[in-house]
Amino acid sequence: MPPDILMPALSPTMEEGKLAKWHVKEGDTVKPGDILAEIETDKATMEYEAVDEGKIGKLLVPEGTEGVKVNSPIARLITENGNDTGAQAAKPGPRPAPPPPDQTAKSAPAPSQAKPASAPPSKPAVKSGNGASAQDAEARVFASPLAKRIAEGKGIDLSRISGSGPRGRIIKADVEAAIAAGAPEKQAAEARSTRPAAALPVSEAPSAAPAGLALPDATRFYQDGEFEAVPNDSMRKSIARRLTSAKALVPHYYLTIECDIGALLQARARLNERSPKADGAYKLSVNDFVVKAAAQALIKHPEVNASWTDAAILRHKHADIGIAVDLNPGLITPILFHAETKGLIELSGEMKNLAERARAKKLKPQEYEGGSFAISNLGMFGIREFTAIINPPHSAILAIGSAEERAVVRDGKITAASMMSVTMSCDHRVIDGAVGARFLQTLRAYLEEPAAMLL
Amino acid sequence: MSESFDVIVIGSGPGGYVCAIRCAQLGMKTAIVERENLGGICLNWGCIPTKALLRSSEIWHLVHRLNEFGFSASDLKFDLAKIVERSRKVAGQLSNGVRTLMRKNKITVIDGSAKLTGKKGIAVTKDGKTSAYDAKNLVLATGARAREFKGLEADGKLIWTYRHAMLPKAFPRSLLVVGSGAIGIEFASFYRTLGVEVTVVELLDRILPVEDEEVSAFADKAFRKQGMTIRTATTVEKLTKSDNSVTAVLKAKDGSTSTITVDRVIVAVGIVGNVEDIGLEQAGIRVERTHVVVNEWCETGVAGIFAIGDLVGPPWLAHKAMHEGVIVAERIAGVTGVHPLDTSNIPGCTYCWPQVASIGLTEARAKELGRKIKVGKFPAIGNGKAIALGEAEGFVKTVFDTETGELLGAHMIGAEVTELIQGFSIARALEATEADLQHVVFPHPTLSEMMHESVLAADGRPLHI
Repeated sequence: MPPDILMPALSPTMEEGKLAKWHVKEGDTVKPGDILAEIETDKATMEYEAVDEGKIGKLLVPEGTEGVKVNSPIARLITENGNDTGAQAAKPGPRPAPPPPDQTAKSAPAPSQAKPASAPPSKPAVKSGNGASAQDAEARVFASPLAKRIAEGKGIDLSRISGSGPRGRIIKADVEAAIAAGAPEKQAAEARSTRPAAALPVSEAPSAAPAGLALPDATRFYQDGEFEAVPNDSMRKSIARRLTSAKALVPHYYLTIECDIGALLQARARLNERSPKADGAYKLSVNDFVVKAAAQALIKHPEVNASWTDAAILRHKHADIGIAVDLNPGLITPILFHAETKGLIELSGEMKNLAERARAKKLKPQEYEGGSFAISNLGMFGIREFTAIINPPHSAILAIGSAEERAVVRDGKITAASMMSVTMSCDHRVIDGAVGARFLQTLRAYLEEPAAMLL
Repeated sequence: MSESFDVIVIGSGPGGYVCAIRCAQLGMKTAIVERENLGGICLNWGCIPTKALLRSSEIWHLVHRLNEFGFSASDLKFDLAKIVERSRKVAGQLSNGVRTLMRKNKITVIDGSAKLTGKKGIAVTKDGKTSAYDAKNLVLATGARAREFKGLEADGKLIWTYRHAMLPKAFPRSLLVVGSGAIGIEFASFYRTLGVEVTVVELLDRILPVEDEEVSAFADKAFRKQGMTIRTATTVEKLTKSDNSVTAVLKAKDGSTSTITVDRVIVAVGIVGNVEDIGLEQAGIRVERTHVVVNEWCETGVAGIFAIGDLVGPPWLAHKAMHEGVIVAERIAGVTGVHPLDTSNIPGCTYCWPQVASIGLTEARAKELGRKIKVGKFPAIGNGKAIALGEAEGFVKTVFDTETGELLGAHMIGAEVTELIQGFSIARALEATEADLQHVVFPHPTLSEMMHESVLAADGRPLHI
C-alpha cells in the first residue's frame, strides 16, 4: 500500500490546521526538499517539504480545507520500490535548532538534490512531531570510529543506542553501556524494523514500552527556569531502559517472610570477635549471612536459580548472586560468582572489594553482567520492607529490610525478638507461588539457625 | 552585609582562574580569591617559569653545537642572573595577563586567604583584616605544594624545593636531585645542561616511573650520555649539612650505602594538597591523604561546594585542573552534555632534553589489564625533519587494542614531542582507531610523520624503516 503523507504538527500544541495550498498535483514526481503544500495555523503559514522521493498518488484533502487534524493523511505517495515509508513521507519545513548542515543533507535519501529547509525568521519554530522522530531512526547514525568498531564486533545495532557525545554522537562509553544493559543485537533490531514504522518505539524513549503506551514528555508541563534539567547519563538511561522493560515484561509477584535473626546476630558477634587483629581481619555483616543463606537455598532449589527463555527454562548450576550497590547517583549490581562454594569471610571480602571498585567505576563488564539471582538490601536506611524489580535474566530478587527488635507473640506471650523482613519478587513464568514459598522456607530456616547451613 | 556571588573560586591557579572565566562566560556573578599571585604556582612558580629556564638551557646546548651548523664563536658565557630574570619576567607577564582576563570577564578579584564559614560563606583575611562574602557555589582550587620528607626538609639555602631551584643566586657546582618525576628531571636537565654535576636519586627501579618502560630506559641512557649520574632503586638515608655543602648517605636496594657530597640538594618527591586552614573539616568536606575527596563531577559531597585540580589529586597537571574548572562551571550553570573528565585522556609532558610526552596506557599496564595489544614503534633516525634539525634522538611508540583498534596509549621521547602529543590526545578524544590514523595525511617533512609511522608500524607496515 502506498504510504500516506500526514498532516504535520507545526507546534507542540497544534491539533489541527488549514491546508492552504497544494504545490504539487497528482502524478507529480517529488524529491526530498520539494515543497508539497502550505499549511496554515492561527499564527503562521508554513511550507511543508517532502522527505522521500516518489510520485504523488492522490491528494486526499482539497486545497483550502480547514480543520485538518494533525497526523491525518492528506495525500498518498508512491515510492519507487513501493516501500512502506509510512509517516516518514514528509515533514514540516522550518525546524527548530537546525542540525548541522551536513547532517541535514545526509539524512535525506538523495543528498545531491535535497536542500535544507530555509526558515524565515519571522515564522515560529516547529518541533518535530512523531513523524520526524521516526524518521530520525533511519537517519545516518553518528558514532565514533571506535564505537562503530566495538558495535560491529559485538553485533550491536547502533541506531538503537542514544549517544552522549557532542551533538549526540555515539561514543565508546555508550556502546559499552548498551552492551552491559543487554542491547538488542542487530538481527533482532532488523526484524523489528521490518514492521510498519508506526509500531516502532520513539527512538529517544529509553523504554521498551510498546508504542501507544509512551508517557508524555514531562517538560511540557513546566515553565523553563522552574526546574533544573539534570541530563541522563548512560547509567541512568540504562537503569531506565532495563527496569522499564523488566517491570513491563516480567510478570512479578511478591512473597514476604519475617525472620527471627537473633541466633544469626549472636553467631555474627561471636565470629567477628574471632577476627584476627591485623592480617586477615574481617567483619561480617548481616548481609554476608543473607548472601550465604541465599546461595545455599538456591542450590537446594534449582527451580528458583533459573532464567526464562521462550524455549526452555535455564537452571543454573551455580549461585551467581548480584548485590545491588548504591553509587549515589546510580546503582550497579556486581556479582558474587559461585557464592555457594565460598565461606562467609571470602564472600564478605569479595563484596567489599566489588563495592569499592563499583564506586570507583572500575568494575569490568564481566563482573556485573549475568548472574542468576539478586539481593537488594535497604536495611541500613531503616527500611522495614520493600519490593524490588527483577533484573533479567534473573527470575527473582530478594529485598532485605532492616533488622530490628519487634514485639512478637511466642507461646501466647508477647516478647521482643530481632526480626528482619525479606520480600522476594518472583517471575511467575519460572517460579510458581508454592515454589517460591518453599525456597523462602529454606532461606528462613538458614537465617534463623545459621548452623543449619552446615547440615 | 556581605557581598554575595553566584560562584566564588578559591585559588587562582590554572584550575581556579579558568573555572572563574567559564563561570563568567556562562553569565554567573563570579569572584576569585588569591592569597599570593594571580595564576598560582603554574604561572608563577611552576610550568611557565621553568619552561623559560629550560629555553635558556636549550639555547646553551645549541650554541655548543654552532660548529655543526656552520657557525663559529668563542668565549661563550652565560649570565645566571639574567636567565633567572627572564624567567621571572615571563612569569610576571603571564600573571598580569590573568589579571587582565579577570577584568575583561568582570570577575571580582579578592586578595587574601579564604576560609569557609558555612556552606555558602567564606571569610577572607588580608593583612589582619577580615571580610565576609557568600556564594551559591564555592569552588576550592587551592592547589598543592612540594611534599616535605622527614630529614630532607628544605631550608632554601642548601636544600631546595622547586621554588628555590628556580631562583638560584649562585650556581652550584654539584647538585643532588631527589626524585625523578617530571619536576626532578626538568631541574636535573636544566642544571646539567648548564654544566652542573648532577646526581639523580630515584626510589623506584627506573627514572620517570610513570612513563612507558622503554621511554624511561631511553631517557636514562640519554641523560647518562650527557654526564648525569643516575641512581635508581636508591633512597636518601640521611643529609648532613655543612657550611656550603651537603653530604648525603644513599642506600641502594641491596642494602649497600654510599656517601656523596654536593653543593645543593633539590627535593622533588611528590606534592601534598593545600588542605589546611580553609575550614574543610568544619564544612564536612572529606580529606584523604592531603587531598579533598570528590566524585567524578568534582563534587565534595557538601551541596554547592566543589574542588578541582591538584587539591583533589593526581594527575597533578595544570591542564587537568583547567578541564575540571570548565566541567564544574558548566555543571553549576546546568549546561547539558557535560562529561566527567576521562583521566586516561590526559597527556603528560616533561620538558627535559630530550623531551618526553605520553597519553594513556603504557605497554606494560595494558598487558596487566589483560588487553590484547599491538605495539608500533618508530625511531627519530628514520624521520627526515629530525635529521635536518640535528635531533635524531628518540622514538614514538603507540599501543593499540588488537580487536577494536582503540589507541590505548602513545609514548614519545625526542625533540618537540611535547608539541606533538596533542595529535594523539585528539585521536583519543575522538575515539579514532588505528585504521583512521593510518588514513590521516601528515605533512612532510615534519616530526609528526613519526606518529604516522608508529601507527603504521603497529600493523607491521612502516614506510621509512
